[in-house]
Amino acid sequence: MPLDQSFIGRVYPPTEPYEVGREKIREFADAVGDANPAYHDPDAAKALGHPDVIAPPTFAIVLTSRAAQQVIMDPELGVDYSRVVHGEQRFVHVRPIHAGDALTVVVSVENVRAAAGNDIVSTKGEVSTVDGEPVLTAFATLVVRGAES
Amino acid sequence: MTDVGTVLPGQSFPIARADLVRYAGASGDFNPIHWNERFATSVGLPNVIAHGMYTMALVVRVVTDWAGDPGAVVEYNVRFTRPVVVPDPDGAVLDVAGVVSAVGDDGLTVVDLTATVNGQTVLAKARATVRQ
Repeated sequence: MPLDQSFIGRVYPPTEPYEVGREKIREFADAVGDANPAYHDPDAAKALGHPDVIAPPTFAIVLTSRAAQQVIMDPELGVDYSRVVHGEQRFVHVRPIHAGDALTVVVSVENVRAAAGNDIVSTKGEVSTVDGEPVLTAFATLVVRGAES
Repeated sequence: MTDVGTVLPGQSFPIARADLVRYAGASGDFNPIHWNERFATSVGLPNVIAHGMYTMALVVRVVTDWAGDPGAVVEYNVRFTRPVVVPDPDGAVLDVAGVVSAVGDDGLTVVDLTATVNGQTVLAKARATVRQ
Protein backbone atom coordinates (compact mmCIF):
# COMPACT_ATOMS: atom_id res chain seq x y z
CA MET A 1 0.00 0.00 0.00
CA PRO A 2 1.47 3.42 -0.87
CA LEU A 3 2.37 5.77 1.94
CA ASP A 4 -0.15 8.38 3.06
CA GLN A 5 0.34 11.53 0.98
CA SER A 6 -1.50 13.61 3.55
CA PHE A 7 1.87 13.69 5.36
CA ILE A 8 3.12 16.23 2.81
CA GLY A 9 3.60 19.53 4.61
CA ARG A 10 3.68 18.00 8.07
CA VAL A 11 6.10 19.81 10.39
CA TYR A 12 7.68 18.09 13.38
CA PRO A 13 8.66 19.79 16.64
CA PRO A 14 12.17 21.28 16.92
CA THR A 15 14.81 18.83 18.10
CA GLU A 16 16.59 19.22 21.41
CA PRO A 17 19.60 21.55 21.09
CA TYR A 18 22.76 19.89 19.76
CA GLU A 19 25.95 21.42 21.13
CA VAL A 20 28.72 21.34 18.53
CA GLY A 21 32.11 20.71 20.13
CA ARG A 22 35.62 20.93 18.73
CA GLU A 23 36.39 17.30 19.45
CA LYS A 24 33.25 16.10 17.69
CA ILE A 25 34.18 18.11 14.60
CA ARG A 26 37.73 16.70 14.73
CA GLU A 27 36.38 13.18 15.18
CA PHE A 28 34.10 13.57 12.16
CA ALA A 29 36.87 15.13 10.04
CA ASP A 30 39.23 12.28 11.01
CA ALA A 31 36.54 9.73 10.11
CA VAL A 32 36.37 11.15 6.58
CA GLY A 33 40.18 11.33 6.45
CA ASP A 34 40.32 15.11 6.22
CA ALA A 35 43.25 16.89 7.88
CA ASN A 36 42.13 20.37 6.73
CA PRO A 37 43.35 22.75 9.48
CA ALA A 38 40.03 24.64 9.42
CA TYR A 39 38.45 21.54 11.02
CA HIS A 40 41.20 20.92 13.57
CA ASP A 41 42.98 24.12 14.56
CA PRO A 42 41.02 27.08 15.99
CA ASP A 43 43.79 29.52 14.98
CA ALA A 44 43.74 28.29 11.37
CA ALA A 45 39.95 28.63 11.31
CA LYS A 46 40.15 32.14 12.76
CA ALA A 47 42.71 33.11 10.13
CA LEU A 48 40.03 32.27 7.55
CA GLY A 49 37.54 34.49 9.36
CA HIS A 50 35.65 31.83 11.32
CA PRO A 51 35.01 32.16 15.05
CA ASP A 52 36.27 28.63 15.83
CA VAL A 53 36.94 25.35 14.02
CA ILE A 54 34.29 24.77 11.38
CA ALA A 55 32.60 21.51 10.47
CA PRO A 56 32.99 19.78 7.07
CA PRO A 57 30.20 20.47 4.54
CA THR A 58 28.37 17.20 5.28
CA PHE A 59 28.69 17.28 9.08
CA ALA A 60 25.10 18.47 9.47
CA ILE A 61 23.90 14.96 8.61
CA VAL A 62 24.76 14.02 12.22
CA LEU A 63 21.89 16.26 13.34
CA THR A 64 19.56 16.21 10.38
CA SER A 65 19.35 12.46 9.84
CA ARG A 66 18.59 11.99 13.51
CA ALA A 67 15.90 14.66 13.22
CA ALA A 68 14.45 12.99 10.10
CA GLN A 69 14.02 9.79 12.10
CA GLN A 70 10.91 11.49 13.46
CA VAL A 71 9.38 11.06 10.01
CA ILE A 72 10.82 7.66 9.11
CA MET A 73 9.97 6.16 12.50
CA ASP A 74 6.53 7.83 12.68
CA PRO A 75 4.21 4.86 13.28
CA GLU A 76 1.40 6.74 11.54
CA LEU A 77 3.42 6.94 8.31
CA GLY A 78 4.43 3.29 8.64
CA VAL A 79 7.76 3.15 6.78
CA ASP A 80 9.62 -0.19 6.92
CA TYR A 81 12.97 1.19 8.10
CA SER A 82 14.88 -1.92 7.04
CA ARG A 83 14.02 -1.11 3.41
CA VAL A 84 15.09 2.55 3.46
CA VAL A 85 18.02 3.68 1.29
CA HIS A 86 19.37 7.17 0.74
CA GLY A 87 18.35 8.53 -2.66
CA GLU A 88 19.49 12.12 -2.69
CA GLN A 89 21.04 14.65 -0.32
CA ARG A 90 21.45 18.39 -0.54
CA PHE A 91 22.85 20.98 1.88
CA VAL A 92 22.31 24.71 1.48
CA HIS A 93 24.45 26.63 3.93
CA VAL A 94 23.92 30.17 5.17
CA ARG A 95 27.24 29.74 6.95
CA PRO A 96 29.41 26.83 8.09
CA ILE A 97 28.64 25.13 11.39
CA HIS A 98 31.33 25.95 13.95
CA ALA A 99 32.34 24.73 17.38
CA GLY A 100 30.24 26.42 20.02
CA ASP A 101 27.02 26.36 18.00
CA ALA A 102 23.91 25.10 19.76
CA LEU A 103 21.66 23.92 16.96
CA THR A 104 18.11 22.76 16.60
CA VAL A 105 16.41 21.16 13.59
CA VAL A 106 12.85 21.58 12.38
CA VAL A 107 11.95 18.75 10.02
CA SER A 108 9.11 18.85 7.56
CA VAL A 109 7.83 16.45 4.93
CA GLU A 110 8.39 17.91 1.45
CA ASN A 111 6.94 15.08 -0.59
CA VAL A 112 5.60 11.55 -0.44
CA ARG A 113 5.20 9.67 -3.70
CA ALA A 114 5.39 6.26 -5.30
CA ALA A 115 7.69 5.55 -8.25
CA ALA A 116 8.77 2.30 -9.91
CA GLY A 117 7.38 0.18 -7.10
CA ASN A 118 9.14 2.18 -4.39
CA ASP A 119 7.88 4.79 -1.93
CA ILE A 120 9.85 8.01 -1.91
CA VAL A 121 9.85 10.37 1.06
CA SER A 122 11.51 13.79 0.81
CA THR A 123 12.32 15.68 3.99
CA LYS A 124 13.60 19.15 4.71
CA GLY A 125 15.55 19.93 7.86
CA GLU A 126 15.97 23.60 8.77
CA VAL A 127 18.93 23.99 11.08
CA SER A 128 19.21 27.12 13.19
CA THR A 129 20.89 28.19 16.39
CA VAL A 130 18.83 28.13 19.54
CA ASP A 131 18.77 31.93 19.20
CA GLY A 132 16.98 31.61 15.88
CA GLU A 133 19.86 32.33 13.47
CA PRO A 134 19.44 30.22 10.31
CA VAL A 135 22.56 28.11 9.57
CA LEU A 136 21.61 25.66 6.82
CA THR A 137 18.86 23.62 5.23
CA ALA A 138 19.27 19.91 4.51
CA PHE A 139 17.09 18.16 1.96
CA ALA A 140 17.02 14.36 1.97
CA THR A 141 15.24 11.97 -0.35
CA LEU A 142 14.75 8.52 1.12
CA VAL A 143 13.67 5.57 -0.96
CA VAL A 144 11.66 2.80 0.67
CA ARG A 145 12.41 -0.16 -1.56
CA GLY A 146 9.34 -2.06 -2.65
CA ALA A 147 9.11 -5.82 -2.13
CA GLU A 148 10.10 -6.44 -5.75
CA SER A 149 13.29 -4.37 -5.82
CA MET B 1 38.68 34.69 -11.31
CA THR B 2 38.10 31.05 -12.18
CA ASP B 3 37.12 30.16 -15.74
CA VAL B 4 34.36 27.79 -16.75
CA GLY B 5 35.97 24.51 -17.75
CA THR B 6 38.73 24.72 -15.13
CA VAL B 7 39.61 21.18 -14.10
CA LEU B 8 40.15 20.69 -10.37
CA PRO B 9 42.87 18.30 -9.19
CA GLY B 10 41.27 14.85 -9.03
CA GLN B 11 41.69 12.52 -6.08
CA SER B 12 41.41 8.79 -5.37
CA PHE B 13 40.19 7.52 -2.02
CA PRO B 14 40.81 3.94 -0.91
CA ILE B 15 37.91 2.70 1.26
CA ALA B 16 38.44 -0.18 3.69
CA ARG B 17 35.87 -1.86 5.93
CA ALA B 18 37.49 -0.22 8.97
CA ASP B 19 36.81 3.21 7.44
CA LEU B 20 33.09 2.42 7.39
CA VAL B 21 33.15 1.33 11.03
CA ARG B 22 34.89 4.56 11.94
CA TYR B 23 32.41 6.64 9.93
CA ALA B 24 29.52 4.78 11.57
CA GLY B 25 30.85 5.81 14.97
CA ALA B 26 31.47 9.43 14.04
CA SER B 27 28.18 9.93 12.22
CA GLY B 28 25.92 7.81 14.40
CA ASP B 29 24.69 5.75 11.43
CA PHE B 30 25.05 2.16 12.64
CA ASN B 31 22.93 0.51 9.95
CA PRO B 32 24.50 -2.99 9.74
CA ILE B 33 24.50 -2.93 5.92
CA HIS B 34 27.59 -0.71 6.35
CA TRP B 35 29.67 -3.13 8.46
CA ASN B 36 28.06 -6.57 8.73
CA GLU B 37 28.53 -8.81 5.70
CA ARG B 38 26.09 -11.44 6.96
CA PHE B 39 23.36 -8.83 7.38
CA ALA B 40 24.13 -7.04 4.09
CA THR B 41 23.89 -10.21 2.01
CA SER B 42 20.72 -11.28 3.86
CA VAL B 43 18.95 -8.16 2.55
CA GLY B 44 20.05 -8.80 -1.02
CA LEU B 45 23.19 -6.66 -1.25
CA PRO B 46 26.32 -8.11 -2.87
CA ASN B 47 28.35 -7.26 0.25
CA VAL B 48 28.76 -4.47 2.80
CA ILE B 49 28.22 -1.06 1.17
CA ALA B 50 29.63 2.35 2.13
CA HIS B 51 27.37 4.93 3.75
CA GLY B 52 26.17 7.24 0.98
CA MET B 53 27.08 10.10 3.28
CA TYR B 54 30.63 8.77 3.61
CA THR B 55 30.99 8.80 -0.16
CA MET B 56 29.47 12.29 -0.25
CA ALA B 57 32.01 13.49 2.36
CA LEU B 58 34.97 12.09 0.40
CA VAL B 59 33.82 13.53 -2.93
CA VAL B 60 33.62 17.12 -1.69
CA ARG B 61 37.30 16.97 -0.69
CA VAL B 62 38.16 17.73 -4.30
CA VAL B 63 36.30 21.02 -3.85
CA THR B 64 37.37 21.96 -0.32
CA ASP B 65 41.05 21.21 -0.98
CA TRP B 66 40.87 23.42 -4.07
CA ALA B 67 38.84 26.21 -2.45
CA GLY B 68 41.25 26.64 0.47
CA ASP B 69 38.54 27.63 2.93
CA PRO B 70 36.16 24.64 3.23
CA GLY B 71 33.61 27.06 4.69
CA ALA B 72 33.27 28.54 1.18
CA VAL B 73 31.12 25.57 0.11
CA VAL B 74 27.63 27.04 0.36
CA GLU B 75 25.68 24.35 -1.44
CA TYR B 76 26.34 20.67 -2.10
CA ASN B 77 24.07 18.02 -3.52
CA VAL B 78 24.34 14.47 -4.83
CA ARG B 79 22.10 11.67 -6.02
CA PHE B 80 23.13 8.17 -4.98
CA THR B 81 22.80 5.95 -8.03
CA ARG B 82 24.96 2.90 -7.30
CA PRO B 83 26.14 1.51 -3.97
CA VAL B 84 29.88 1.48 -3.26
CA VAL B 85 30.54 -2.15 -2.36
CA VAL B 86 33.36 -2.58 0.16
CA PRO B 87 34.51 -6.21 0.40
CA ASP B 88 36.92 -7.27 3.14
CA PRO B 89 39.89 -7.25 2.87
CA ASP B 90 40.14 -5.78 -0.63
CA GLY B 91 38.03 -2.66 -0.12
CA ALA B 92 37.26 -0.22 -2.93
CA VAL B 93 38.79 2.85 -4.54
CA LEU B 94 36.67 5.93 -5.19
CA ASP B 95 37.92 8.18 -8.00
CA VAL B 96 36.70 11.77 -7.98
CA ALA B 97 36.97 14.47 -10.63
CA GLY B 98 35.64 18.02 -10.70
CA VAL B 99 35.22 20.74 -13.32
CA VAL B 100 33.92 24.30 -13.03
CA SER B 101 30.59 24.47 -14.86
CA ALA B 102 29.47 28.00 -14.05
CA VAL B 103 30.88 31.24 -12.67
CA GLY B 104 28.39 33.87 -11.57
CA ASP B 105 28.76 37.61 -11.18
CA ASP B 106 27.65 37.04 -7.59
CA GLY B 107 30.97 35.33 -6.77
CA LEU B 108 29.43 31.87 -6.79
CA THR B 109 31.34 29.16 -8.66
CA VAL B 110 29.67 25.85 -9.50
CA VAL B 111 31.71 22.65 -9.65
CA ASP B 112 30.31 19.52 -11.30
CA LEU B 113 31.69 16.35 -9.74
CA THR B 114 31.98 12.79 -10.96
CA ALA B 115 32.62 9.83 -8.69
CA THR B 116 33.44 6.36 -9.99
CA VAL B 117 34.46 2.97 -8.62
CA ASN B 118 36.11 0.63 -11.13
CA GLY B 119 35.02 3.05 -13.84
CA GLN B 120 31.34 2.87 -12.85
CA THR B 121 29.57 6.05 -11.80
CA VAL B 122 28.20 5.94 -8.25
CA LEU B 123 26.69 9.45 -8.02
CA ALA B 124 24.60 11.60 -10.33
CA LYS B 125 23.92 15.33 -10.16
CA ALA B 126 26.90 15.79 -7.84
CA ARG B 127 27.50 19.50 -7.65
CA ALA B 128 29.02 21.97 -5.21
CA THR B 129 28.69 25.74 -5.16
CA VAL B 130 31.59 27.73 -3.76
CA ARG B 131 31.64 31.37 -2.72
CA GLN B 132 34.82 32.97 -4.06
